[in-house]
Amino acid sequence: MAHDMTHGLPVADAHGGHYTGGFVHWLETTNHKDIGIMYLIFGFIMLFIGGGMILVVRLELFQPGLQFVQPELFNQLITLHGLVMVFGFAMPAATGLANYMLPLMIGAPDMALPRLNNWGFWILPPAALMLTLPFFLGLAGVGSGAVDAGWTMYAPLSIQSGWGMDFAIFAVHMLGVSSILGSINVIVTILNMRAPGMTLMKMPLFAHGFLMTAVLLITIMPVFAGGVTMVLMDRHFDTHFFNAAGGGDPVLWQHIFWFMGHPEVYVLLLPIAGALPHVFSAFARKPIYGYKAQVYSFWSIAGLGLVVWAHHMFTSGMSFGSQIYFMYITMAISFPLAVLFFCWIATIWKGSMSFETPMLFALGSMVLFGWGGVTGLALSDAAADPQYHGAYFMIAHFHYAFYPTAVMGAMAAIYYWLPKWTGHMLNETIGKWHFWLTIVGFNLTFIPQFFVGLAGMPRRIPDYPVMFAEWNMLSSIGAFILGVSHIVFIYNVIRNVRGGEKAQDKAWEGAQGLEWTVPSPAPYHTFATPPVIK
Amino acid sequence: MHLFYKLGLGFWAALMSVVGHAGYAYNLPEPVTPIARETLHMHNLVMVVILIMFFAVFAMLIYSFYTHRKAAGHKAATFTGPTNRKQWLWALFPFALLFVIDYGVFGIPAYHAVVLYEDTKTDADLVVKVTGSQWMWQYEFPAEGVSYTSRLITPRDQIDNGAVKGENYLLEVDNPLVLPVNKKVRFITTSNDVIHSWWVPAFGVKRDAVPGFLREFWAKVEKTGTYRGQCSELCGKEHGFMPVVVKVVSQEEFATWLASKKPAPAAAAAPAAPASATAAATLPTLPAKAVVVAKAAQ
Repeated sequence: MAHDMTHGLPVADAHGGHYTGGFVHWLETTNHKDIGIMYLIFGFIMLFIGGGMILVVRLELFQPGLQFVQPELFNQLITLHGLVMVFGFAMPAATGLANYMLPLMIGAPDMALPRLNNWGFWILPPAALMLTLPFFLGLAGVGSGAVDAGWTMYAPLSIQSGWGMDFAIFAVHMLGVSSILGSINVIVTILNMRAPGMTLMKMPLFAHGFLMTAVLLITIMPVFAGGVTMVLMDRHFDTHFFNAAGGGDPVLWQHIFWFMGHPEVYVLLLPIAGALPHVFSAFARKPIYGYKAQVYSFWSIAGLGLVVWAHHMFTSGMSFGSQIYFMYITMAISFPLAVLFFCWIATIWKGSMSFETPMLFALGSMVLFGWGGVTGLALSDAAADPQYHGAYFMIAHFHYAFYPTAVMGAMAAIYYWLPKWTGHMLNETIGKWHFWLTIVGFNLTFIPQFFVGLAGMPRRIPDYPVMFAEWNMLSSIGAFILGVSHIVFIYNVIRNVRGGEKAQDKAWEGAQGLEWTVPSPAPYHTFATPPVIK
Repeated sequence: MHLFYKLGLGFWAALMSVVGHAGYAYNLPEPVTPIARETLHMHNLVMVVILIMFFAVFAMLIYSFYTHRKAAGHKAATFTGPTNRKQWLWALFPFALLFVIDYGVFGIPAYHAVVLYEDTKTDADLVVKVTGSQWMWQYEFPAEGVSYTSRLITPRDQIDNGAVKGENYLLEVDNPLVLPVNKKVRFITTSNDVIHSWWVPAFGVKRDAVPGFLREFWAKVEKTGTYRGQCSELCGKEHGFMPVVVKVVSQEEFATWLASKKPAPAAAAAPAAPASATAAATLPTLPAKAVVVAKAAQ
C-alpha cells in the first residue's frame, strides 16, 4: 500500500545508490522524507478507518431505534473511533509533517537520530493492528470484540471489559513508545541541528510548535503508560488501584487519564498552530505578526495545558476548592489562545490576500477553531458544566476544537507543502470543492449536536428518545457529506502525485523560509552543506 | 465562485427553515429548580457574549478578505508588531476585555453558582439515596425504609422497530422516583458496579455515581410534573437504556405515596435508628473506609 500510493514520488534521485526499491527500502529507510511520507500515509489510512467507523455510528443514529448495529458493537465503534483518530491519525499525521518539513525548515540534512526515526514509525503499524484486530476478529465471530469502554476507558468499566481492552492497553504502550521516540528525535534535532546563525528565536514557528508538542508528549505519555498498566494489573493480577473495596478509587483513573488527555489536546493543536502562521503569511504576502508573542503563547499553552486536566471531571464529585481552581485556571488558557488568534488576524490584516486552497483551509481552520475555543469558555463554568458534560454539546465542542486543527489544519499544511513534495501545483478547482464540502459537511454534522446536547441527549447512546430525531438526522447527513469530502482530498493528492503544472522552487508567491530555497520536488538529500542564516 | 455562494445561501436558508419548524429544541429545557435557573441564566449569558465575540471577529475577517485581497489590488503592509504607544494600546485592549469577560462577567456568577451547586449540607427536608447499577436505578428513602428499583419499560419490539414508538420512547420506567414539590431534597449517590451518572436536564444537576463512594447533590423542584433524563456516563451495553424518571407531586400526594410504599409495620419497627442523620448509617454493606474517604473528599 505504502509503495503504491507514493509510486510517483521522487524517492530515487541522483543518489540512486541508496534506493533498493520495493518494501525492503521502506522498511529500512532512515531518510526523513521517506519516513515523513510513511507517517502521513499511515495517518490517513487510519483517518479512513476511524471515519468509516463513525459513519456506521451516524448511520445507526440516523433514526431512533436499533437498525444496523447492536449496543455491544456500537460501544466498540465509538471507542475505536476516538482512539484511532487521536493516536492513529492526528499524532502520526503531525509527526509526518514534522519529519518531512523540520529538517528542510531549519536547514538540517536529516533528523538527528535517523534509525530511531525509522523504529519510531515501524512500531505504529503493529500497534494499530493490535488496537483494531479484536474488532475485526469480533466481526468474524472470534472473541468478544474490541475495547468498548469509551476512548476514556473509565475504570471500573475498563476492568470489566473483554480482552479487547488488553489489546488496547498494549497498543497504547507501543503508541506511547513511538511518540516518545519521535519526540526525543524532534527535540534533539531542533536543539542541535539548526543551520548556523539560526538562533532559537529565529527558528520557524512550525518548529516552535512541534518542540512544545514533543515536550508535552515526553511529559504525559509515561504517565498514561503507567495508568494503563495499573488497569492491566487490576484486570489480571488482583491489584485494587481502581477498586474501592480494596482501598482504591475509580476516580484516580480519571485523574491519570486526563493528565494525559488534556495536554493531548495541545499535542494535537500546537504543530498546526505552528504551521498556520506560515500559510497566512504566504498568502497574505506579509511577514508573520507577533512572532515572539506566538512563541511565548506556545510555551504558556503547554505549561497551562498540564495543570487544567480535572475540568473534564466536574461531575465526578470533586471538592469545592478543586472545582474553583480548575474553573479559573481553565479560563486562563483563553489568553495565550487569544494571543494566537490576534497574531493570525494581524498577519493577514492589510495584506495582499489570495485564496488558494491552503489559505482557504487555514482560514477555515482558524474560524471554526475559534468557535471551538469560545464554547470552551461555556464548559469551563463548573456549575453549568454538568449540563454539557457527557452530552452532545460537549461532543460538538471538542469536535470544533479537534477537527479544524488536527484535520483541516493538517490539510492546509499538506496542501501548502505538497508542491515541494511532488513538484506539482495543485488542482485549485478540486481543492475548492474539497474545502466547501468540508465546511458544509462539518457544520451540518456538529451544529445540530450543540442543540441536541442542550435538549438533553447523552453521548455514547446507540438509540435515543424520539424528540432528538430531527437533529440527529441532519447530523448524519452532514457526516456523510464530510466523509465524501475526504475522498475528494485523497483524489486531489493522488492526482497531484501523478502530475500537474510544474511547481517553482518557491511554489507560492509569498512563501518564506528555507524549504522554498531547495528545488521542487525536494531532492532525496537536502542541505548536505548547511545554509547560513544572517 | 458564484455557484458556491448561491449554494451556501440556499443551504443556509434551507437549514433555517428546518430549524424554524416546531419540535427542534435548541436550548436547555425550562428550569424547575434554583440550580437549573442559575445554569440557564449563565448559559444564555455566555452564549450571547461568545456569539457576539465570534461574529464580531468573523465580520472583521470578512471585511479583511474583501478589502485586503490581491484581486482588488491591495498592496501588502509590512508591520510585524505594535511599534508605538497607540498600537500597543490597541493590541492590549482585546486582552483586557477578555480578562473582564473571563473573570468578571463569567467568573463571578460562576463562583456563586458553584457555591449554590455545592450547598448540599443545609436545610434538607428529605434524603434520597440513588444507586446506579447495570442497568437500572435504585431509589431509597433511608429515613422511611423505602427502597425500590426503577427500570426501562419500553417494549423490545419498539426498539427493534417492530412497533410504533411511543411518546416517551426510552424515557419510561416501571417505578419512577416520586418527590414532593418545593422541598429541598438531598441526594446521596453511589453505584453497585461501574460509574453511572444521574441526570435530569430540567433540574440542572448531574452527578456521577461512583462505586464505593458517596457523592452528594441537591434539588428543590418548584413545579409539579414528570421530568425525564438518562444515564450520562458510559456504563456498558445497556447504557442507552437506563432512563431517569422523576414524578414531582404535592406534599399530600407524596405522603400518601410514601406510606403506601412503606414495608409492613412489623418489619419497619426493626430499623428504628434515626437514619436521616447520616446516610452512612443506612449503608452497613459499604466498606467503612470508603465512607470516610467520601466524607473527606467533601
